[in-house]
Amino acid sequence: MANLAALLLLADSRLPAGGYAHSGGLEAAVAAGLVDDVASLEHFLAGRAATVGLLGAAVAAAACRVTAAPQGHRAAFTALDDALDARTPSPAQRNTSRQLGRQLVRVLGQVAPDPRLGELAGQPHHAVALGAGAAVLGLDARAAAYAYLHESVAGPAAAAIRLLALDPFATHAALARLRARLDRLASRADEYGAGTVADLPAPAAPLLDVYAEAHAARTSRLFAS
Amino acid sequence: MTATLGRPARAVAAPAPAARMRSSAAITTDLGADGRTRLVRLRSEAPQVLRPARPGPAPPLAACPPAAAHVWLTAGAAGPVGGDRLTFQIDVGAGSALLLTQVAATLLLPAVDGALSRTEVRITVAEGGTLIWMPEPIIVASGADHVTDVQVELAADARFVLREEVLLGRHGETGGQIEQRLQVSRAGRPCYRQDLALGTPDAATPAISGAHRASGSLLVLDPGQAQPPGVRLPGLAAVLALAGGGSAVTALAADNLALRRHLDAALRALTGTPTEATTRRTP
Repeated sequence: MANLAALLLLADSRLPAGGYAHSGGLEAAVAAGLVDDVASLEHFLAGRAATVGLLGAAVAAAACRVTAAPQGHRAAFTALDDALDARTPSPAQRNTSRQLGRQLVRVLGQVAPDPRLGELAGQPHHAVALGAGAAVLGLDARAAAYAYLHESVAGPAAAAIRLLALDPFATHAALARLRARLDRLASRADEYGAGTVADLPAPAAPLLDVYAEAHAARTSRLFAS
Repeated sequence: MTATLGRPARAVAAPAPAARMRSSAAITTDLGADGRTRLVRLRSEAPQVLRPARPGPAPPLAACPPAAAHVWLTAGAAGPVGGDRLTFQIDVGAGSALLLTQVAATLLLPAVDGALSRTEVRITVAEGGTLIWMPEPIIVASGADHVTDVQVELAADARFVLREEVLLGRHGETGGQIEQRLQVSRAGRPCYRQDLALGTPDAATPAISGAHRASGSLLVLDPGQAQPPGVRLPGLAAVLALAGGGSAVTALAADNLALRRHLDAALRALTGTPTEATTRRTP
């Protein structure tokens, strides 16, 4: 793969784009008693990757393609933001996604300045910003999908170590077992990204929606989402 | 193309025609000169049998205009069974209102050869129209494999309320699998889309439905109504304020009674509807 250094940079949790402050619904799942060990964490991550992971990766792949196109960036970014809005019923999840998108655009403005980033909405969805960022770093749509999918599971896995005091080695082994699944999802996301906006997937995750709203209403919490 | 949650994409099998049920039902309404809704077309085909409700006061649904027509969907045959293909077209004319309810739950049964069954619903609601669709639960029997595909086109000011409930398995049984696709556009712009797969290995994870057998949703799209203030529901249920206006309620429960309690509480909070209005009554 060309530009591997760019992909490592974009997918690194140390990129100061705020991802470390989020558990992707895991904190609420733990509070509800539905995730309490490595096995249930692994199931949670698999379900998360297949739903919000696949959708975000597909949008990131699509955003990467439109950024690489010679023109029409602003309208295409807006269409992708709208598609994510229609596919994200939880207002708490939409807010989180747009916060992460805004923070990522700020980082990219210095890391990889490019006029096309200025065509993004003031608060684009995270997946749209990530796809655009991948393109300006010279990455292709599949790499953008991988970056999104990686973050969709690695973030909650890191949060699990703090929330449940899980063994970090066992937690990372669970992540490692998801590799083949992420490979398949990245391929599908890449295909969706090459299709039309109307055909983007909309995999529902009722428990993630419920967790997101419950968590946003809580006053004492460790993670922002 | 639309296979989700790691479920492999399958073409709908092309079975021997005689062995499968094809059913096509339709309702069309318009606004009569007397200001009441008229049923201008009512097409039934087993197992989808449509019966107009006896004349009488409209059910006490706050979202339902008094001039609404009320139609019951009854089962004229078992099923759908694997391999069956049902289509249902609902067209609510300008200014008219339709309340559609169901007499009994739908039981999805497997085919001997494991073929997929499929229900396709196409809905249009014209200017000033209202559709309130309160079906009874879909019970997914062990081995059943079903896709429900609902596409809704709303005029700019049309109102739409839809309840969906799924119960995996009959009593004490492991259920089959179902994928419910729902997409809604308003004035030609897509505003809501969710594809929910249940009964699959991925769905049983604590990110999607966990070990809960009953799951359901309520969609309330009413441009004339202000966004309700934050409504909190107990248990694993939430009222979600949608980006394009309106609300979706999502709920998971151990059984159907608990699920219906969640959805009734949400309907009350969102539309001021008394609980008994949504429970089953004979036509």
